[in-house]
Amino acid sequence: MEIPYTVDPRPDTGVYNAKLGVWLFLASEVMLFGALFSSYVLLRVGAVSWPHGYEHLNIPLATVNTVVLITSSVTMVMAWASLAMGSLKRFRIFMGSTVALALVFLVIKGFEYAAKFEHGLYPSGSTFMAIYFTLTGLHALHIVGGIIVNSYLLGPGSRMWRTQPARFTNRVEVAGLYWHFVDLVWIFLFPVLYLL
Amino acid sequence: MDTANAEAIRKTVRVYITVFVALLGLTIITVTISTFHLETPVAITVALLIAAVKGSLVAAYFMHLISEKKLIYAALGLTAVFFLALMFLPVSHYADRGL
Repeated sequence: MEIPYTVDPRPDTGVYNAKLGVWLFLASEVMLFGALFSSYVLLRVGAVSWPHGYEHLNIPLATVNTVVLITSSVTMVMAWASLAMGSLKRFRIFMGSTVALALVFLVIKGFEYAAKFEHGLYPSGSTFMAIYFTLTGLHALHIVGGIIVNSYLLGPGSRMWRTQPARFTNRVEVAGLYWHFVDLVWIFLFPVLYLL
Repeated sequence: MDTANAEAIRKTVRVYITVFVALLGLTIITVTISTFHLETPVAITVALLIAAVKGSLVAAYFMHLISEKKLIYAALGLTAVFFLALMFLPVSHYADRGL
Protein backbone atom coordinates (compact mmCIF):
# COMPACT_ATOMS: atom_id res chain seq x y z
CA MET A 1 0.00 0.00 0.00
CA GLU A 2 1.35 3.39 -0.94
CA ILE A 3 1.51 6.04 1.79
CA PRO A 4 -0.43 9.08 0.56
CA TYR A 5 0.89 12.66 0.34
CA THR A 6 4.56 11.99 1.04
CA VAL A 7 5.57 14.48 -1.65
CA ASP A 8 2.58 16.48 -2.84
CA PRO A 9 0.66 18.65 -0.38
CA ARG A 10 -2.66 17.26 0.79
CA PRO A 11 -5.34 19.54 -0.71
CA ASP A 12 -7.18 20.24 2.57
CA THR A 13 -4.12 20.88 4.76
CA GLY A 14 -1.84 22.44 2.16
CA VAL A 15 1.20 20.48 3.38
CA TYR A 16 2.53 16.94 2.91
CA ASN A 17 1.46 14.60 5.71
CA ALA A 18 4.85 14.16 7.37
CA LYS A 19 5.25 17.89 7.84
CA LEU A 20 1.90 18.26 9.63
CA GLY A 21 2.67 15.15 11.69
CA VAL A 22 6.05 16.43 12.84
CA TRP A 23 4.66 19.89 13.65
CA LEU A 24 1.96 18.29 15.83
CA PHE A 25 4.65 16.18 17.50
CA LEU A 26 6.67 19.35 18.14
CA ALA A 27 3.55 20.97 19.64
CA SER A 28 3.44 18.11 22.17
CA GLU A 29 7.16 18.62 22.81
CA VAL A 30 6.52 22.31 23.57
CA MET A 31 4.09 21.17 26.27
CA LEU A 32 6.60 18.63 27.66
CA PHE A 33 9.39 21.18 28.03
CA GLY A 34 6.83 23.88 28.92
CA ALA A 35 5.68 21.85 31.93
CA LEU A 36 9.26 21.58 33.14
CA PHE A 37 9.96 25.28 32.55
CA SER A 38 6.77 26.09 34.47
CA SER A 39 7.93 23.84 37.33
CA TYR A 40 11.28 25.63 37.26
CA VAL A 41 9.54 29.03 37.61
CA LEU A 42 7.38 27.77 40.47
CA LEU A 43 10.34 26.23 42.32
CA ARG A 44 12.54 29.29 41.79
CA VAL A 45 9.92 31.85 42.82
CA GLY A 46 8.92 29.76 45.83
CA ALA A 47 12.48 29.17 47.05
CA VAL A 48 13.86 31.16 49.98
CA SER A 49 17.14 31.50 48.11
CA TRP A 50 18.20 30.34 44.65
CA PRO A 51 21.80 29.96 43.46
CA HIS A 52 23.00 31.81 40.38
CA GLY A 53 23.72 29.31 37.60
CA TYR A 54 27.15 30.82 37.01
CA GLU A 55 28.20 29.95 40.58
CA HIS A 56 27.79 26.20 39.99
CA LEU A 57 27.83 25.63 36.24
CA ASN A 58 30.55 25.92 33.61
CA ILE A 59 29.61 28.88 31.37
CA PRO A 60 32.54 28.58 28.91
CA LEU A 61 31.68 24.91 28.18
CA ALA A 62 27.97 25.73 27.83
CA THR A 63 28.79 28.66 25.51
CA VAL A 64 30.88 26.37 23.31
CA ASN A 65 27.98 23.90 23.30
CA THR A 66 25.58 26.69 22.28
CA VAL A 67 27.82 27.54 19.32
CA VAL A 68 28.13 23.82 18.46
CA LEU A 69 24.34 23.39 18.42
CA ILE A 70 23.68 26.58 16.43
CA THR A 71 26.29 25.46 13.89
CA SER A 72 24.65 22.03 13.67
CA SER A 73 21.32 23.73 12.93
CA VAL A 74 22.94 25.55 10.00
CA THR A 75 24.56 22.36 8.67
CA MET A 76 21.18 20.62 8.99
CA VAL A 77 19.33 23.23 6.96
CA MET A 78 22.21 23.22 4.45
CA ALA A 79 21.83 19.43 4.15
CA TRP A 80 18.20 19.95 3.13
CA ALA A 81 19.10 22.82 0.78
CA SER A 82 21.76 20.61 -0.86
CA LEU A 83 19.13 17.98 -1.68
CA ALA A 84 16.75 20.69 -2.91
CA MET A 85 19.54 21.75 -5.26
CA GLY A 86 20.07 18.14 -6.36
CA SER A 87 23.39 17.32 -4.68
CA LEU A 88 23.54 14.13 -2.62
CA LYS A 89 27.29 14.60 -2.18
CA ARG A 90 26.91 17.97 -0.47
CA PHE A 91 24.00 16.57 1.57
CA ARG A 92 26.32 13.85 2.90
CA ILE A 93 28.94 16.42 3.93
CA PHE A 94 26.43 18.64 5.75
CA MET A 95 24.45 15.80 7.36
CA GLY A 96 27.71 14.13 8.43
CA SER A 97 28.75 17.45 10.02
CA THR A 98 25.38 17.70 11.81
CA VAL A 99 25.78 14.24 13.34
CA ALA A 100 29.42 14.95 14.26
CA LEU A 101 28.49 18.25 15.94
CA ALA A 102 25.69 16.53 17.86
CA LEU A 103 28.23 14.01 19.16
CA VAL A 104 30.58 16.86 20.14
CA PHE A 105 27.68 18.41 22.10
CA LEU A 106 27.13 15.15 23.99
CA VAL A 107 30.84 14.71 24.75
CA ILE A 108 31.04 18.26 26.17
CA LYS A 109 27.86 17.62 28.16
CA GLY A 110 29.47 14.41 29.44
CA PHE A 111 32.51 16.36 30.67
CA GLU A 112 30.17 18.82 32.39
CA TYR A 113 28.23 16.06 34.12
CA ALA A 114 31.46 14.28 35.14
CA ALA A 115 32.76 17.50 36.73
CA LYS A 116 29.51 17.90 38.67
CA PHE A 117 29.68 14.32 39.98
CA GLU A 118 33.35 14.80 40.96
CA HIS A 119 32.30 17.76 43.11
CA GLY A 120 29.52 15.70 44.68
CA LEU A 121 26.77 17.59 42.85
CA TYR A 122 23.93 15.17 42.15
CA PRO A 123 20.23 15.69 41.31
CA SER A 124 19.41 14.79 44.91
CA GLY A 125 21.72 17.51 46.27
CA SER A 126 19.50 20.55 45.74
CA THR A 127 16.39 21.71 43.90
CA PHE A 128 18.60 23.68 41.52
CA MET A 129 20.74 20.64 40.60
CA ALA A 130 17.58 18.49 40.31
CA ILE A 131 16.02 20.83 37.74
CA TYR A 132 19.41 21.30 36.00
CA PHE A 133 19.91 17.55 35.51
CA THR A 134 16.25 16.97 34.57
CA LEU A 135 16.12 19.68 31.91
CA THR A 136 19.59 19.12 30.42
CA GLY A 137 19.18 15.33 30.66
CA LEU A 138 15.87 15.38 28.80
CA HIS A 139 17.41 17.71 26.23
CA ALA A 140 20.41 15.38 25.84
CA LEU A 141 18.02 12.46 25.23
CA HIS A 142 16.50 14.51 22.41
CA ILE A 143 19.98 15.01 20.97
CA VAL A 144 20.47 11.21 21.05
CA GLY A 145 17.15 10.78 19.21
CA GLY A 146 18.24 13.29 16.57
CA ILE A 147 21.58 11.50 16.11
CA ILE A 148 19.77 8.20 15.50
CA VAL A 149 17.35 9.66 12.91
CA ASN A 150 20.00 11.77 11.17
CA SER A 151 22.45 8.85 11.04
CA TYR A 152 19.77 6.72 9.41
CA LEU A 153 19.11 9.43 6.82
CA LEU A 154 22.85 9.77 6.23
CA GLY A 155 23.35 6.01 5.87
CA PRO A 156 20.79 3.41 4.78
CA GLY A 157 17.93 5.92 4.54
CA SER A 158 19.70 7.82 1.76
CA ARG A 159 19.06 4.94 -0.67
CA MET A 160 15.62 6.52 -1.16
CA TRP A 161 17.31 9.39 -3.04
CA ARG A 162 17.87 7.08 -6.05
CA THR A 163 14.21 6.14 -6.43
CA GLN A 164 12.20 8.93 -4.74
CA PRO A 165 14.37 12.06 -4.42
CA ALA A 166 11.48 14.45 -3.57
CA ARG A 167 10.23 12.17 -0.79
CA PHE A 168 13.73 11.82 0.64
CA THR A 169 14.18 15.61 0.55
CA ASN A 170 10.94 15.98 2.53
CA ARG A 171 12.13 13.41 5.07
CA VAL A 172 15.27 15.44 5.62
CA GLU A 173 13.20 18.62 5.93
CA VAL A 174 11.01 17.20 8.73
CA ALA A 175 14.03 15.67 10.49
CA GLY A 176 15.43 19.20 10.30
CA LEU A 177 12.29 20.64 11.92
CA TYR A 178 12.89 18.34 14.89
CA TRP A 179 16.60 19.18 15.02
CA HIS A 180 15.98 22.95 14.97
CA PHE A 181 13.45 22.49 17.77
CA VAL A 182 16.13 20.78 19.87
CA ASP A 183 18.40 23.77 19.13
CA LEU A 184 15.58 26.16 20.05
CA VAL A 185 15.05 24.48 23.43
CA TRP A 186 18.77 24.84 24.19
CA ILE A 187 18.63 28.54 23.24
CA PHE A 188 16.25 28.99 26.21
CA LEU A 189 17.88 26.44 28.56
CA PHE A 190 21.29 28.10 28.27
CA PRO A 191 20.42 31.52 29.75
CA VAL A 192 17.78 30.19 32.16
CA LEU A 193 20.06 27.61 33.79
CA TYR A 194 23.57 28.99 33.30
CA LEU A 195 23.36 32.76 33.12
CA LEU A 196 20.62 33.77 35.58
CA MET B 1 15.31 20.70 -10.01
CA ASP B 2 14.55 23.61 -12.33
CA THR B 3 16.96 26.53 -12.59
CA ALA B 4 14.61 29.12 -11.07
CA ASN B 5 13.98 26.97 -7.99
CA ALA B 6 17.69 26.21 -7.57
CA GLU B 7 18.44 29.96 -7.77
CA ALA B 8 15.75 30.66 -5.13
CA ILE B 9 17.36 28.12 -2.79
CA ARG B 10 20.81 29.66 -3.38
CA LYS B 11 19.37 32.99 -2.20
CA THR B 12 17.87 31.22 0.85
CA VAL B 13 21.30 29.79 1.65
CA ARG B 14 22.67 33.35 1.93
CA VAL B 15 19.85 34.09 4.41
CA TYR B 16 20.83 31.00 6.45
CA ILE B 17 24.41 32.25 6.70
CA THR B 18 23.20 35.72 7.80
CA VAL B 19 20.96 34.16 10.47
CA PHE B 20 23.88 31.99 11.63
CA VAL B 21 26.08 35.06 12.11
CA ALA B 22 23.22 36.87 13.94
CA LEU B 23 22.75 33.88 16.28
CA LEU B 24 26.48 33.78 17.09
CA GLY B 25 26.46 37.55 17.72
CA LEU B 26 23.44 37.32 20.03
CA THR B 27 25.08 34.43 21.94
CA ILE B 28 28.17 36.58 22.56
CA ILE B 29 25.96 39.52 23.65
CA THR B 30 23.92 37.43 26.10
CA VAL B 31 27.06 35.90 27.68
CA THR B 32 28.75 39.33 27.90
CA ILE B 33 25.69 40.91 29.55
CA SER B 34 25.57 38.07 32.10
CA THR B 35 29.07 39.02 33.31
CA PHE B 36 27.67 42.40 34.49
CA HIS B 37 25.60 40.52 37.11
CA LEU B 38 22.59 42.82 36.75
CA GLU B 39 19.67 42.81 39.22
CA THR B 40 17.80 39.50 38.80
CA PRO B 41 14.55 40.93 37.28
CA VAL B 42 16.54 42.98 34.74
CA ALA B 43 18.87 40.06 33.97
CA ILE B 44 15.92 37.70 33.43
CA THR B 45 14.14 40.19 31.14
CA VAL B 46 17.24 40.86 29.02
CA ALA B 47 18.26 37.18 28.80
CA LEU B 48 14.76 36.02 27.83
CA LEU B 49 14.36 38.85 25.30
CA ILE B 50 17.60 37.87 23.54
CA ALA B 51 16.63 34.17 23.71
CA ALA B 52 13.23 35.04 22.21
CA VAL B 53 14.90 36.88 19.31
CA LYS B 54 17.27 33.94 18.72
CA GLY B 55 14.41 31.44 18.94
CA SER B 56 12.33 33.50 16.50
CA LEU B 57 15.20 33.56 14.00
CA VAL B 58 15.58 29.77 14.19
CA ALA B 59 11.81 29.20 13.88
CA ALA B 60 11.29 31.75 11.10
CA TYR B 61 14.22 30.86 8.84
CA PHE B 62 15.59 27.39 9.68
CA MET B 63 12.12 25.94 10.31
CA HIS B 64 10.66 27.96 7.40
CA LEU B 65 7.86 29.39 9.55
CA ILE B 66 8.20 32.72 7.76
CA SER B 67 6.36 31.19 4.79
CA GLU B 68 4.28 28.29 6.08
CA LYS B 69 0.70 27.18 5.52
CA LYS B 70 -2.23 28.48 7.61
CA LEU B 71 -2.91 25.12 9.27
CA ILE B 72 0.61 25.01 10.74
CA TYR B 73 0.18 28.57 12.08
CA ALA B 74 -3.20 27.56 13.58
CA ALA B 75 -1.71 24.50 15.31
CA LEU B 76 1.18 26.55 16.68
CA GLY B 77 -1.14 29.36 17.77
CA LEU B 78 -3.12 26.87 19.84
CA THR B 79 0.15 25.50 21.25
CA ALA B 80 1.23 29.04 22.20
CA VAL B 81 -2.03 29.57 24.13
CA PHE B 82 -1.53 26.40 26.17
CA PHE B 83 2.17 27.15 26.66
CA LEU B 84 1.34 30.61 28.04
CA ALA B 85 -1.27 29.04 30.33
CA LEU B 86 1.44 26.71 31.65
CA MET B 87 3.80 29.62 32.26
CA PHE B 88 1.12 31.51 34.21
CA LEU B 89 0.22 28.54 36.41
CA PRO B 90 2.86 29.51 39.01
CA VAL B 91 1.36 33.03 39.14
CA SER B 92 -2.11 31.64 39.78
CA HIS B 93 -0.62 29.55 42.59
CA TYR B 94 0.47 32.71 44.39
CA ALA B 95 -2.79 34.54 43.62
CA ASP B 96 -4.62 31.59 45.19
CA ARG B 97 -2.55 31.91 48.35
CA GLY B 98 -3.32 35.64 48.49
CA LEU B 99 0.39 36.59 48.33
